[in-house]
Amino acid sequence: MPELVHDTTREGVVTALRAALGEGLIDSLIKPNDDVWVRVSADVWQQAGRVLRDTVGCDYFCFLSAIDWLPSPYGRGEDDPTAPAPERDSTIKQGYTGGDTRMQVFARVTNLRQHFGVTIKADVADTEPSIESWVTVYAGANWHERECHEMFGIDFKGHPDLRNMYLPTDFEGYPLRKDFPLLARMVKPWPGIVDVELLPGDDADDAESE
Amino acid sequence: MTDLVDRQKLSYIAAQAADARLNVELETEGMTLNIGPQHPATHGTLRIIVRLDGEQVIWAEPGAGYMHRGYEKLTEVRTFPQVTALVNRIDWLGSFANEVPFILAAEKLMEVEAPPRAQWIRTILFELSRIANVSLFLGDLGVQLGAITPVFMAFRDREYVLNLIESATGGRFHPNFDRIGGLKEDLPAGWITETKQVMKKLRNFCDEIENLLFGNEIFQSRLRGIGVIPAEVAKQYGLSGANLRASGVDWDLRRDQKIALAYDKVDFKVWTHPDGDSFARCWIRLQETREATKIVDQLLDGIPSGSVMAKVPRIIKVPEGEAWVSTENPLGEMGYYVVSKGDLGPFRVKIRSASFNNISIVPWVLRGVYVPDVISILASLYFILGDIDR
Repeated sequence: MPELVHDTTREGVVTALRAALGEGLIDSLIKPNDDVWVRVSADVWQQAGRVLRDTVGCDYFCFLSAIDWLPSPYGRGEDDPTAPAPERDSTIKQGYTGGDTRMQVFARVTNLRQHFGVTIKADVADTEPSIESWVTVYAGANWHERECHEMFGIDFKGHPDLRNMYLPTDFEGYPLRKDFPLLARMVKPWPGIVDVELLPGDDADDAESE
Repeated sequence: MTDLVDRQKLSYIAAQAADARLNVELETEGMTLNIGPQHPATHGTLRIIVRLDGEQVIWAEPGAGYMHRGYEKLTEVRTFPQVTALVNRIDWLGSFANEVPFILAAEKLMEVEAPPRAQWIRTILFELSRIANVSLFLGDLGVQLGAITPVFMAFRDREYVLNLIESATGGRFHPNFDRIGGLKEDLPAGWITETKQVMKKLRNFCDEIENLLFGNEIFQSRLRGIGVIPAEVAKQYGLSGANLRASGVDWDLRRDQKIALAYDKVDFKVWTHPDGDSFARCWIRLQETREATKIVDQLLDGIPSGSVMAKVPRIIKVPEGEAWVSTENPLGEMGYYVVSKGDLGPFRVKIRSASFNNISIVPWVLRGVYVPDVISILASLYFILGDIDR
């Protein structure tokens, strides 16, 4: 039986968050000596940021973004546009630390003295997703939240200025949501989706197991 | 507003006073000045709108998005090996360095590790990208302060490095050379001796630039004490790379994390500077270029033999999971958060690029400075547009 590896630094992160947030900390995942993921409920998002900054010592802001867990209804754009669209699996399955909603906001902060980072996630509602802003906790979250707002349509309460960064002001839709089609692929399917051509004598199983 | 040097504090107070005077007492009209999108100081197309009172900036706002290519969306319709061709174009002056963290993230999910020789060559090419990238900065810096000569020297010596990258990878600007499990090919014959000679030239180049620019009185007075960023603010904004180390934070991802590159095999110094001003940022970059040539030299001496490709299936499917890998790129911390669903391609890739964070501090740092300093501060923060817009 392999020896159970303990990672006291990262376990300390989870302990500190549990002590401060209680029920607000929903789930956590530690990969010893590698990384740590935590999921908190949306109403303690800002408080969790403060705990990470002040108690855990992660005062370096790395990034903030979101994930849309809906599998893309358009696949990878390899379909023939003239044929009827194939049936696709649309079950939502979240990644590490689970989740209950289609979209999740996630961020990463780093402790520069003890050399570890924490990835923190929170569920946001499916309709009119919104969450507290981190601008008062980490000033650098400002631009990341603006980007996230225009790309995923998530509202950050308390953000001073949620103008678009990239898209025109009157742009409709949220490009990084999975149900937003990549128009270039809708017009012409991507020819290089499988870039490995099998050699004579190969069959698909060989290529995968080699 | 604590911990600031007097000059910054005074200029902040002056800006506040100017603001009040502007609006209430004298009803003077401020001026809005538009810099860019096409401006030599913007390394691409960044627009900066500044509101001025006389010569002083009272408000500044960068406008990005003139070069947004939507790589995060595009990665979702590509297979894993195809993504490197896209991410090459994020920081186009140090292209190879963009591929490495993505490949490492994919390898982490697949639990494969490149053979030692591949790791060493990766590290060498990584540092060569740094030299190619930062030597252009050192030349360009002169141009933005009114000195023409350094840029010719920079382009002359950067050419040697690009030739090396070309002869090893086949691509001068966009190598697309890194593969999951190793590298496309081994080094060509004679490359190691040639690289050693070029590294000598580059060290001479660093000395030349140091004598020509950094000792120059005008250069110093244009940069010293200008655009001071205290360590606390720098960390809050997520500044990374030389910008963070210039504020006195001793943090370098080459040294401070376990990563499948050969940095733990070499001896190098991480330079920091306590001042946090524009001069410190430029000075750190100069030292880092010199340090990079030494890293390359050490790696060339000890490069192990063997294969450059691990055994990976020809059709690559990455197992389900999430991984974050970041490396110390020429511009700062560049990382990829890769989510895989066990498919041919990634489910979601969040690209954390250094310049996006580095430039988000502009509204804070430009408040209260004088107009000519706007350009020198932007130059010293050093950004590549492709790295902001992605």
